[in-house]
Amino acid sequence: MSIIVDDKSRVVVQGITGKEGSFHATQMLEYGTNVVAGVTPGKGGTKFLEKVPVFNTVQDAVQGTGANVSVIFVPPPFAADAIYEAADAGVDWVICITEGIPAMDMLKVYNYLKTTKTRLVGPNCPGVISPGLCKVGIMPAFIHEKGSIGVISRSGTLTYEAVHQLSVAGLGQSTCIGIGGDPVIGTRFIDALELFKDDDETEAVIMIGEIGGTAEEEAAAWVKENFNKPVVAFIAGQTAPPGKRMGHAGAIISGGKGTAAEKMAALQAAGITVCKSPAVLGQTVKEVLGK
Amino acid sequence: MNIHEYQAKEVLARYGVAVPAGKVAFSPEEAEQAARDLGGDIFVVKAQIHAGGRGKGGGVKLAKSVGEVRELAEKMIGMNLVTHQTGPEGKEVHCVLVAEGVDIARELYLGIVLDRSVSKLVVMASTEGGVEIEKVAEETPEKIHKEYIEPAVGLSAYNARRIAFKLGLEGAQIKHATKFIMALYKAFVNSDASLAEINPLVVTGSGEVLALDAKIGFDDNALYRHPDIAAMRDIHEEDPLEVKASEHHLNYIKLDGNVGCMVNGAGLAMGTMDIIKLAGGQPANFLDVGGGANVETVRNGFEIILSDPNVKAVLVNIFGGIVRCDRVAKGIIEAAKSIDIKVPLVVRLAGTNAEEAAVLLNESGMNFDVATSLQEAAQKVVAKIK
Repeated sequence: MSIIVDDKSRVVVQGITGKEGSFHATQMLEYGTNVVAGVTPGKGGTKFLEKVPVFNTVQDAVQGTGANVSVIFVPPPFAADAIYEAADAGVDWVICITEGIPAMDMLKVYNYLKTTKTRLVGPNCPGVISPGLCKVGIMPAFIHEKGSIGVISRSGTLTYEAVHQLSVAGLGQSTCIGIGGDPVIGTRFIDALELFKDDDETEAVIMIGEIGGTAEEEAAAWVKENFNKPVVAFIAGQTAPPGKRMGHAGAIISGGKGTAAEKMAALQAAGITVCKSPAVLGQTVKEVLGK
Repeated sequence: MNIHEYQAKEVLARYGVAVPAGKVAFSPEEAEQAARDLGGDIFVVKAQIHAGGRGKGGGVKLAKSVGEVRELAEKMIGMNLVTHQTGPEGKEVHCVLVAEGVDIARELYLGIVLDRSVSKLVVMASTEGGVEIEKVAEETPEKIHKEYIEPAVGLSAYNARRIAFKLGLEGAQIKHATKFIMALYKAFVNSDASLAEINPLVVTGSGEVLALDAKIGFDDNALYRHPDIAAMRDIHEEDPLEVKASEHHLNYIKLDGNVGCMVNGAGLAMGTMDIIKLAGGQPANFLDVGGGANVETVRNGFEIILSDPNVKAVLVNIFGGIVRCDRVAKGIIEAAKSIDIKVPLVVRLAGTNAEEAAVLLNESGMNFDVATSLQEAAQKVVAKIK
């Protein structure tokens, strides 16, 4: 098993003829992801790479191909609209890669999605991969190995670093989820942990958090009460100054809240193994599992 | 993005938020003229910098005549104002706000922020105005009233009335406060703010409700749809290197250490800073060069890092995913040839084509120290400064 995406996922790429969308759609197809459709308004009826049908609307794509997962590569001003359209078409999961969507747009999207069956990963994230089964996103596929470690992360390249360490240590991954670096995101640590809890294949989970907000603290409290698989965590930004946005819109210590120290303490108090260094994540999981 | 108090009050006034009459002045002459235009016999002169605690630092003064306004403006404009938020180095004052004096009966607090744990805007109000809200939240959280707002519905009049009653307002004050709070919410949402703080919100002797001070921060991601607000940016308030980096679309933040670092991705950039510290060094900066990491971005990155005289060594840490490490290595070599790098350089490239990249770096004839793991890279770069 795995979570969110697997070999049954039928993927529609919103923005498939754009620069990012076409590049990553090609990469996903190469990985073996079942990309069944693309959407670019005005280019309906054409084919991407002479095989993937392109539709004018997500609704057409879903009706025409049975797509159940959408991945979004449209620019920030149009991304919220793209998420609504995917939800309206009834896909199960929307994975939004786009970086730079206004928070006010995402507030509306997030609260609207609660009234639908559609769930969102991201935005501002690398996507989701279940190694060997399905890749929906922009992560470099070759660093991943199929296995039993779940990865949940607010970061992109730092996730690759962690996954690389796991693979080198001989630990494959069940599913790796980039939940995104924005203040308002669809799937949070707790949502992903809930899915990993019910996934028999997942033996242990790595959580990569960063400064800003209280999502890690909330996850820590939840893990303490509800999760009995081993969890290893790292918090990026131990040396970050307050009041400065560290790249990600969500990575800012404000009003004295959201520091790495607070998060690390909360995670530790919940029985989670916290790594101070990002260089020992793979090794630490190995030790925790007694391998 | 942050703006000055005088600009915040301009934005708020557009939406019908009640603010005291006032004018910005960039010289003592302008300040004097502003006071004449305002009329009355009591004024407040307020130094405009992007930091709180101005009053305690001597940046907010009362004046009882137009002449006194001019004298205060002379003292403030050009002064270095130190507050608990500026750090010991302080900030230079370039302009002052000259405002009418207000007959203050009560000082309250009103703020709007995004509560990330519920993904809603929350309007916060407290009877404890004029003090730091973080302190109130810490010591007497029961004195902060919160109204969570459903984004699709927006702030309803009852939300505003409930706040007004919780603040202990009465009679006509309720109506004034309700109008004020609804206008503030509208200003917040329509201008894509990320934070608004009215501290203090004052009730005047005649029962009016006014924003005596105003602080607004905006969502950088939404500035594209607010060119008028984007134009309010004051680069005097920012670090010159950070301004230069933003011109090159690089995410750079200056820190106090001596180990420069250039990384792709914000999370990995923070993680790299952290491991430099763990290895016994101090990071000099945060720098995310983004996904591309081509010759141009690498060169700009080096130039910015090396403009900081504290930098004694540089660590480049790139995790090649879609971007191939051999390409990044070529970029580093070319950039290093075109600029004079006088400090030791440790390069760690991992991911796609990392081995080819290491060969390129080692055979370039340039003085790169190549590391394979993150741990090794951090130790090597810290050893250079010891």
